[in-house]
Amino acid sequence: MTDLSHTAAWAPDAAQPTSAPTTPRTQGHPRFVRITHWLTTIATIALVVSGVELIISHPRFYWGEVGNVNTPALFSLPVPSSRATVHTAYSFILPDQNGWSRSLHFQSAWLVLFAGIAYLVASARSGHISRRLVPARSDRTWRALRASIAEHRRVESDSQHSPGVYNVLQRIAYFGVLFVLFPLVIWTGVAMSPGFTAAVPWSVTILGGHQSARTLHFVAMIALVLFTVVHVVMVARAGFRRMMRSMITGTSAAQP
Amino acid sequence: MSRNLSRRSLLAGGVAAAVAAIGVAATAAGRRFGLVPPDAEGVFAAGNTLNYAAHRIFSRNALAREFPRSAISAKPFANKIDVSAEVFARHQAEQFANWRLDVGGLVDSPTPLSIESLRGMEVRSQITALTCEEGWSYVAEWTGTPLSAILQARGIRPSAKYVVYFAADGWWDSIDIDEAMHPQTLVTWGMNGGDLPVKFGGPLRMRVPRQLGYKSVKFIDRLLVTDSVADLKITTNARSYAWYSGI
Repeated sequence: MTDLSHTAAWAPDAAQPTSAPTTPRTQGHPRFVRITHWLTTIATIALVVSGVELIISHPRFYWGEVGNVNTPALFSLPVPSSRATVHTAYSFILPDQNGWSRSLHFQSAWLVLFAGIAYLVASARSGHISRRLVPARSDRTWRALRASIAEHRRVESDSQHSPGVYNVLQRIAYFGVLFVLFPLVIWTGVAMSPGFTAAVPWSVTILGGHQSARTLHFVAMIALVLFTVVHVVMVARAGFRRMMRSMITGTSAAQP
Repeated sequence: MSRNLSRRSLLAGGVAAAVAAIGVAATAAGRRFGLVPPDAEGVFAAGNTLNYAAHRIFSRNALAREFPRSAISAKPFANKIDVSAEVFARHQAEQFANWRLDVGGLVDSPTPLSIESLRGMEVRSQITALTCEEGWSYVAEWTGTPLSAILQARGIRPSAKYVVYFAADGWWDSIDIDEAMHPQTLVTWGMNGGDLPVKFGGPLRMRVPRQLGYKSVKFIDRLLVTDSVADLKITTNARSYAWYSGI
């Protein structure tokens, strides 16, 4: 087994020296992390399913304020559409499902928002973000980053990985998803709402307009889906059953 | 372990009771302050209510974005329409000289309005985006009579809570009184300096720029002022789109 102890990321608590004894308090996922993780998972699946459904009613993307079938597209997706007015390479028109898709999309977005707020409040109380998510001081070097990447490539099964204790790559990925991608996807989402932009017009003008917001919303969604694919692959590599158990119950039976 | 479990179930029960209590209190307060939409029912009651309440709390009087003249779309998109009715064709041949906008319900003087008489009332022009729920949009200059001016001229009663508008093609929709009295909500008869073309909803189109395109119903010929839309299957289409479409 590769010795991983030289990176502080494997330590249970970044603020502690690497040799600090592992205590139950810093092992495993806290309850608020487990609850908000699964609420966000359910909501994100619903958001992607309904979002894809909404896209097919107009699978063309634009930049700037306006865009419609009379204007050139920035790019179009090679998929059939649920509207006869959109020309696609397909001879058939899919059924319109936008009614429930829109309602499911917004209801799930509220769930993500509430889960995110709950996560931030609970994190602020426990110092979770600064202790476990922000890369440890000793890891904020290219050398440490390269070492961690090399380990990820070398280690075939992260059987030593302790759930809830994140290495530097995990910290960067999770921090980016929580504080860059989710805020971006929420912002670009509300920037498409004519009621919201009436009250907060700069939210859409600094993005370049309504259609830019829609295109960025799509790009942010793709980034979130790519993260999820990598995330699930890494969980499987580390031992799917053990990782799932730890994110559900908070304990990890494989730990000594 | 059992002590831990009972403590946990007590905690969970407490949280559930608190959430339920907050829900009941919020619903009561919401109804009191007009924050509950008429379609607050079914599996999407929570989402529909949160969308509507958030917008009514934070942007009740906000104005939809208006654009410079240079932003007007050269090629606006006219969505598919279906007004093949013989009656409509006759009106079109008469250049809508006999088109009437009925105003009924909770008003003191329910006299119909011709397009000529509408043009003689207060006029407002605004350059706003028409944004479709499908994702496309265009910007145009819309000219018309503020719905608020029509309602005030007809003597709207204080008990009014909604305005329902009906179209010649069988379509119809409704908005709350805040949206109806909003200065940018127009009964539109002009577009980009000319008459409103039939393919964009002429002779009369309701324009509600703070909501998505499906609230901007074309070919309107009747307004109904009411205190409840509960008995009127509130959304036109059977596909159950949300009643509030500010998002």
